[in-house]
Amino acid sequence: MTAMAPTRIPRRFLPVVATFAVFVLTFGAGSVRYEGFASGQVVANLFIDNAHLIVLAVGMTFVILTGGIDLSVGSVLALSTMIAAATLQAGWPVWLSVLAVLASGSTLGLLMGLVIHHFQVQPFIVTLAGMFLARGLCFLISVESVSIKDPAFRAAATDTIGLGGGVVITYAVVVALLVLVAGAYVLHLTRFGRTVYAVGGSESSARLMGLATGRAKVGVYVVSGFCSALGGLLFGLYMLSGYGLHAVGMELDVIAAVVIGGTLLAGGVGYVAGSLVGVLVLGTVQTLISFEGTLSSWWTKIVIGVLLLAFIALQRLIVRRGPGT
Amino acid sequence: MSANRLLWPLAALAALIVLNVVVTPSFLELRFQDGHLFGSTVDILRNGAPTLLIALGMTLVIATRGIDLSVGAIAAIAAAVACTHIASGGDAITAMLLALGLSALLGVWNGFLVTVVGIQPIIATLVLMIAGRGLAMLLTEGQIITVSDDLYSQVGAGFLVLPIAILISLAALAGVALLTRRTALGMLIEAVGVNPEASRLAGVRSRTIVWTVYVFIAVCSGVAGLMISSNVNSADANNIGLWIEMDAILAVVIGGTSLAGGRYSLVGTLIGALVIQTLTTTVYTIGVPPNVTLVFKAVVVIAVCLLQSPRSAALLRRPARAEEVAAR
Amino acid sequence: MRGISIGFPGVKALSAVDFRLFPGEVHALMGENGAGKSTLIKTLTGVHTHNTGEIRLDGAQVSFTGPGQAQEAGIATVYQEVNLCANLSVAENILLGREPRRFGRIDGKATRARAAELLARIGLAIDPGSTLGSHPIAVQQLVAIARALTVDARVLVLDEPTSSLDAEEVAELFRILRVLRDDGVAILFVSHFLDQVYEISDRMTVLRNGRLVGEWRTEELDRMALVSAMIGRELGALAEVERRGERHSPGADVVLRAEGVGRAGAIAPFDLDLHAGEVVGLAGLLGSGRTELARLLFGADRADTGRLVVGGTPVRVRGPRSLIARGVAFSSEDRKADGLVADLTIRDNLVLALQAARGWARPIPRRTADALVAEFIGKLDIRPADPDAVIGTLSGGNQQKVLLARWLVTRPKVLILDEPTRGIDVGAKAQIQKVVADLAADGMAVVFISAELEEVVRVSDRVVVLRDRRVVGELRGGEVTVDAVMTRIAAHPEPTAVAG
Repeated sequence: MTAMAPTRIPRRFLPVVATFAVFVLTFGAGSVRYEGFASGQVVANLFIDNAHLIVLAVGMTFVILTGGIDLSVGSVLALSTMIAAATLQAGWPVWLSVLAVLASGSTLGLLMGLVIHHFQVQPFIVTLAGMFLARGLCFLISVESVSIKDPAFRAAATDTIGLGGGVVITYAVVVALLVLVAGAYVLHLTRFGRTVYAVGGSESSARLMGLATGRAKVGVYVVSGFCSALGGLLFGLYMLSGYGLHAVGMELDVIAAVVIGGTLLAGGVGYVAGSLVGVLVLGTVQTLISFEGTLSSWWTKIVIGVLLLAFIALQRLIVRRGPGT
Repeated sequence: MSANRLLWPLAALAALIVLNVVVTPSFLELRFQDGHLFGSTVDILRNGAPTLLIALGMTLVIATRGIDLSVGAIAAIAAAVACTHIASGGDAITAMLLALGLSALLGVWNGFLVTVVGIQPIIATLVLMIAGRGLAMLLTEGQIITVSDDLYSQVGAGFLVLPIAILISLAALAGVALLTRRTALGMLIEAVGVNPEASRLAGVRSRTIVWTVYVFIAVCSGVAGLMISSNVNSADANNIGLWIEMDAILAVVIGGTSLAGGRYSLVGTLIGALVIQTLTTTVYTIGVPPNVTLVFKAVVVIAVCLLQSPRSAALLRRPARAEEVAAR
Repeated sequence: MRGISIGFPGVKALSAVDFRLFPGEVHALMGENGAGKSTLIKTLTGVHTHNTGEIRLDGAQVSFTGPGQAQEAGIATVYQEVNLCANLSVAENILLGREPRRFGRIDGKATRARAAELLARIGLAIDPGSTLGSHPIAVQQLVAIARALTVDARVLVLDEPTSSLDAEEVAELFRILRVLRDDGVAILFVSHFLDQVYEISDRMTVLRNGRLVGEWRTEELDRMALVSAMIGRELGALAEVERRGERHSPGADVVLRAEGVGRAGAIAPFDLDLHAGEVVGLAGLLGSGRTELARLLFGADRADTGRLVVGGTPVRVRGPRSLIARGVAFSSEDRKADGLVADLTIRDNLVLALQAARGWARPIPRRTADALVAEFIGKLDIRPADPDAVIGTLSGGNQQKVLLARWLVTRPKVLILDEPTRGIDVGAKAQIQKVVADLAADGMAVVFISAELEEVVRVSDRVVVLRDRRVVGELRGGEVTVDAVMTRIAAHPEPTAVAG
């Protein structure tokens, strides 16, 4: 009935392609303008500086795909740095500390998911409460910044992997990319992942199709909680401290990255790869502004806002041209 | 029905007040000094005035199925505009008019994105939430602008028996209540919130109504920004109105207005705003570090939401419902 | 199923209903709205749980706690609204939840191959990898059936599967059903279309008010007997409007004139004159363009071509308000989505259009509103007669009456009713038909759309026939008969190019 056009890019990939084009353009603009911008290490640094953001964006993609939202990611990240710093200070072995962080993040996600699903309270409100709770718990542990002095942890933070040509990356980047691959695998090749997409497309249909919608809806918040905790560990490696004021407002950056990466906030459409490109675009903007030197940091926020607007407008156009008006 | 919805928020407020009276027996006392009224409750009202003002606007926005995340950023921009104008030698009246004019303009922008372009409100206003604070910093060039202008400090710190900030917010509450109940505005807002397409086909000017509501909340935010900055005689673009959108949304939700739009309650929002502000003050008085307030806020939000959720309502009401049916 | 009873808080939806289904036959479940058909189906498919009674499948007692369990037991369901996910591919929609897996991961290739196989079995030639949302509703419905086949269904439940299909697509569906029936599948079929029920079913069960009326073999029950069983009385209520005197011939004064109005993809440009005091019926199959035509007359959608002239002056159409201001009213076919403001009261819903026309600053005085509401509750027999009742809690027929009243209080010159009697009980239907006749007698121009040809013919003075998104003819006076309308609808398309 419908003729296939295998050579054309399917419409559902358009936003991701557009994001990638913007990434190439901004990066290209930087390369033309600044000497030393187009180096491998600048690209590597994009990943090094934003490894935690990539992990958070993967978790957020899961949540937004079901049509939900998770405002707690920044706070849970901060709480994770705090738990890691406090437990290491108390002399826990690194593996136990890491386990404690991941378990607490996942548990928090699980609790939020259960409340959202079983009590039918809007995700926005529940995760807002989660955001307050996690932030408050940070200060319950300590009002001050706690530095991380554990030698093994420090080593993991500073060790680098050479990629040849003098370009190096940290282990955090490897972890982030592994999370990304795992996220894509789960979303596209497991029933849980496909149910996530189905719930985002139409929850009532998914339920009538006999899919485990409840498990998917709760599950995405666990995934997001886990990713926030893991992101917190990576951020802890990056900052080598735990602090209740880490990552204030980071949830907005993450949501912006995911939306810029082509995921529809209504749910059902999007890819983790798009979210990665979204993070890279944000990172490039930040790098550009720091290269410029004369521009102040607040320009970053303005540019992110404008980019967000542009991509939302693009999505509107694509949706409008779609089938059924 | 609506009284029922207000039961839990009222109970929460009463519990907080009782707790305060137990910890500080003088909590409810009021002193009259130099023609001014003083006391803990007055402080709570004054500190809660900006949140209440924004929550009023938020109630109407949420009733139309919307949400406005940019209120804090607009508050910061308004404060930045007013203070930079005064600092460069302008008079306070012009400064405030400029600030409110710009706020209204930002409201027009949000309303444009929501009604004409058709972007989901949460995203449309996220744009300004992120970019707006950058704009405010651009205006203040990243500095904290301090001003000393008697007229300007009246807005946030002045007294007319009661603090002027309280009077402004209560006047706004009364004004909105009158406007929505004495005219058909309230019914039309609810109709648009419950079913936008049916309202359009019935000839309701949905677009105008929704758009107006976004302009209204932006002006509320602007006034709130002026209150906050005039109280401390300065504009700190980074911190004015930070998280106030969250407090305002919480106040609305605690007050029983559903985020899904439709039926709303202004009285509920007033109670919600009071719960949030009393909670903050309570935490101070019982001597917990201020930052930990967030934990208590989270607990109250979850408790109220759970009690209001359809599921728990069904659990609580089931015996009552059966009796009702039997009575018929 | 034996002695099934279901109670919701405050409502008894089904009481002690027995129902049996045999392999290799199509069984029609019949009943008016509120008879309990949907409830029975939802019990059978595990959406609801039953309080008393038992369900036996192949003699063994079963009990489902969710749709997933029922599907595993071999009971598959296709619902009226396509309950699939438009954002996923056709193949995924067919196999979601039971995709072939290799080493624990979903095997995409095998999924597409299996989907292609199932699509071939029902003769549907579409690419399994394409997005479901890119196909028309009828195709999506067939995909839903393909999905039902994946479970090796022994019981296939079809809840109003034909309501959005045209005649050809229905024939295609029936062909597939017969194939499945001959394979030994037990098919439960629910439809409002009597013709289709008589064409496809072997056996019928009739429900009324949550109770079992009886079970018959189809050939044992003629149409009159079936209808009597469904409504529980003779067709007296309908006889009242059966003859409403002779049909009016169009008078001189044209209230609304459409000149070459059209919209690409919706309806080809058409001309239409509406005269005061006449009822113009729009007849055509679903998707023939009748709803689209009505929406253009009201400005609900934007026309690409032509112009509307109301009372002699051309209207610049900028939306429904332009026409409301000229005295045109429109009640949409989709009551829930386009009509009701479900959480508000009867009073608010009833005065909504009048209030919207006055603007928010000039509220209708409470006393006036109360008087209007009381007047129309009485006139249209709206129940409950409580202005403060929330409209979402009313029955479909009463909701429809409130929506009708919403426009009547604005005293329109032209009233466009798109399927005003769909899905409401026979009593309310007759009342609405009578109101329409009275309004026309008082000088209003009424446009009446209905999927039931008998109803259109009974109510209208003039019938405009549509086919394939264009106006193909008009019948007036004595020409208006069901046969004549059917002939026009079924006529071969003229050899002109099909509009885009």
